[in-house]
Amino acid sequence: MPEALLDVRDLTVTFPTPRGPFEAVRGISFAMGREKLGIVGESGSGKSITARAILGLVPRPGQVTASRLAFDGGDLRGLTPKAWRAVRGRRISMVMQDPKFSLNPVVTVGEQIAEAYRVHSRAGRSEARARALAMLEAVRIRQPGHVYGLYPHEVSGGMGQRVMIAMMLIPDPDLLIADEVTSALDVTVQMQVLAIVDDMVGERGMGLIFISHDLNLVASFCDRVLVMYAGRVVEECRASELGQARHPYTQGLLGCLPRIDDEGGRLPVLERDPAWLA
Amino acid sequence: MTATRAWLLSETPTSRAQARLGRVFLAARQLARNPLALAGFAIVGALLVVAALAPELETHDPFAQDLTRRLEPPGAEHWLGTDQLGRDILSRIVHGSRLTLMIVTLVAIIVGPLGLLIGTMAGYLGGWVDAVLMRATDIFLAFPRLILALAFVAALGPGIENAIIAISITSWPPYARIARAETLTLRGSDFIAAIQLQGASVPRILWGHIMPLCVSSVIIRLTLDMAGVILIAAGLGFLGLGAQPPAPEWGAMVASGRDFLLDQWWVATIPGIAIFVVSLGFNLLGDGLRDVLDPKNA
Amino acid sequence: MADVVRQSTAGAARRAPSLLRFARRVGIVAGTVALTFLGLLFVTFIIGRVIPIDPVLAIVGDRALPEVYERIKLELGLDRPLYVQFWRYLTDVLQGQFGKSVLTGNPVIEDIRQFFPATLELATIATFLGVALGVPAGVVAAVNAGRWPDHLIRVLALIGYSVPVFWLGLVGLLVFYAKLDWVAGPGRIDVAYEYFIVQKTGLMLVDTLLAGDGAAFRNAIAHLALPAGILGYFSLAYIARMTRSFMLEQLGQEYVTTARVKGLSEARVVWRHAFPNVMVPLTTVIALSYAYLLEGAVLTETVFAWPGIGLYITNSLFNADMTAVLGGTVVVGSCFIGLNMLSDLLYAVFDPRIRRS
Repeated sequence: MPEALLDVRDLTVTFPTPRGPFEAVRGISFAMGREKLGIVGESGSGKSITARAILGLVPRPGQVTASRLAFDGGDLRGLTPKAWRAVRGRRISMVMQDPKFSLNPVVTVGEQIAEAYRVHSRAGRSEARARALAMLEAVRIRQPGHVYGLYPHEVSGGMGQRVMIAMMLIPDPDLLIADEVTSALDVTVQMQVLAIVDDMVGERGMGLIFISHDLNLVASFCDRVLVMYAGRVVEECRASELGQARHPYTQGLLGCLPRIDDEGGRLPVLERDPAWLA
Repeated sequence: MTATRAWLLSETPTSRAQARLGRVFLAARQLARNPLALAGFAIVGALLVVAALAPELETHDPFAQDLTRRLEPPGAEHWLGTDQLGRDILSRIVHGSRLTLMIVTLVAIIVGPLGLLIGTMAGYLGGWVDAVLMRATDIFLAFPRLILALAFVAALGPGIENAIIAISITSWPPYARIARAETLTLRGSDFIAAIQLQGASVPRILWGHIMPLCVSSVIIRLTLDMAGVILIAAGLGFLGLGAQPPAPEWGAMVASGRDFLLDQWWVATIPGIAIFVVSLGFNLLGDGLRDVLDPKNA
Repeated sequence: MADVVRQSTAGAARRAPSLLRFARRVGIVAGTVALTFLGLLFVTFIIGRVIPIDPVLAIVGDRALPEVYERIKLELGLDRPLYVQFWRYLTDVLQGQFGKSVLTGNPVIEDIRQFFPATLELATIATFLGVALGVPAGVVAAVNAGRWPDHLIRVLALIGYSVPVFWLGLVGLLVFYAKLDWVAGPGRIDVAYEYFIVQKTGLMLVDTLLAGDGAAFRNAIAHLALPAGILGYFSLAYIARMTRSFMLEQLGQEYVTTARVKGLSEARVVWRHAFPNVMVPLTTVIALSYAYLLEGAVLTETVFAWPGIGLYITNSLFNADMTAVLGGTVVVGSCFIGLNMLSDLLYAVFDPRIRRS
């Protein structure tokens, strides 16, 4: 097996609370190459915290430990702030849920994209602008020159998310984390955004971690799937083989999905077994 | 011990009392971990004790003049020295704590209910009542507080009661704002709708159901504002518009020591330290309470 | 042709609502200001004419002759109904007529013109100090929330919230003037210079500079340093606390995470991304603190014998000169209202969501 792009072993993230330490992520392990890896799970299962741990952005006072956390052969554990900055954006990038909140409201979208380019290159203002305009075009925005000067409140949700994708891909990273990128969007816009992500990742031969609570979406979009529950990976399989999942939680999730060809009958209620936490 | 702890911290309380005690326990523990808030708690507690036991704690009669022993520096007989009329400064400060406490309490008693009433009425009734009341509130908020209090006292005549009235008149608007904001979030809730369907009258809904739920935020704000009230009262006293002589009001005591500042520093500075410590105590306590009860605004 | 027409009307349609909205906004602000001002006058009217049992007595004193008493009563229009009196008060004030000061014998508006610059100078320098030190302090505290710089700034600010300003002034005079002799004493300038400086602007620093008198300028600074430093500390405490709280809120926003994901340095994340979002509420806080200093100078001016509006009001107060007290209150109140309005309008400058909505 070739050297993995990202190799995570025994990743644990702990937050102190008044009721004692709380483990948001409990020793998960996975490895991935330049592929599309889906992570599914309900809210609070530790998906987003895992993504932030990979970027070294777990907010204080959270504690991250791992026996291995390697990206492209280099160790991510104990990086200096400066070394982290060289990784973030340039090597690993992340698009978040809602562009309404993830774009800075007082900076034009164009400047925000150009800034992402300029941090990692020695490019001048005009070159960064040209690059940003090209990038806006690449995410299928029709009037890049006009959109460049707009403020985030002046663009729609779908366009905002495309702006985010442009901003995160402009430094040409090797791994993109997409954290619930479509959850805040209308169904019709969701598909457009997904198509853009798919194209861009394919064209650039990047790795993608696609985080979602939508089992069907992940199954159809990704190559492989991790199912997380209460901070653990309870199931890992090829997306196409999700139907044959062994873990009762995954089976439960699948069973809860309504099917258009199956009329009548109650949907089963998802059951949880405290033994899964052990 | 550990059993009690586990019971208090249980995430699945079996009764309302248990849930409530658990929350109080967590809040108290958080407060106890904050040394500044504890210090504030101690200072406010000490103020209460000193005010309650003033007659026992004073070493001299706070009003007894002794012109042969005027302006004596701090020493064995007079621990904090004497003022220009030979009165014992320590005893006067101990006695003055009652005045400070009285001002603070009376202002709180006037301002809290007044703001609560105006705010809940505006928030619950809405419409033109809301518009009129909130416009009035905004107008009062846009006034300079100290100057307005000065003008009121000037018109009403100096004295501690008038100072309290003047401070109250200028301090109620923020409470009305807070109560209105809380009421607006409550107004649409299902339990209020349920009471309305049972045919409860407006005063009953306001008094019995909305006001009790707004009280806690008003009280927090009162704690936070107490220091400001103490400072304004002391300022009025310093200008000679608050408590009148021979009352041992701390601000007035600072003013009376002004003329001897360069040679007998203790007369003016020591009462000022008392004002500072007490208002710091309220500030620390209020700050800690806010951290515990409202982590958003920490 | 039709295309051109359509485009131009579309352009006009796009522009017009924003212009309309802007006009609407200005209108709302102006209306609020007018209403607040009316409220202020109403309250001062009540204080001056209704609360005292006999406003004539307050002016003429209890030893006046009955003829004088009657004449003043008619002069004040006190025989007319209250709403007529209020209308007269309103029109007088709008023409800048506050009546005559009993104490100085001048029209109150003249007195205020004399005394106001001293307060303005003091409050302006103090606000400048408060902003220059308070904003960075608040940002540093927020960035280091829960660590020692935060605790240090918090304690400094809490002390500022708790210390009586008049006491701090006295202690400052005792230590820095009497004992250490680092600053000059009460007043705006030494008597030696006082009569040589032509009062052009009324601002001592400017007037001494205009006179080209370096020694007088340094002397004016020595007088200003302590009161301005003390008021500046109060302004600093308030501004630092508010900046910290606004900044903490912004640092928790998702766009800050975005900025970090992009690989920006912490300094850039804080100053280029979070801070501009803080500017909006911060302008309000700065305007408010400036307004508080204009009024809070009352106690400081008393301690430092600073001939400003606060000293004018308190002196008039002790001489039972209600006309002067109320005139001063209206002027300070108007500054207060004006600054509030200014901060409302500044919102639009810093926030594109309001500027371009």
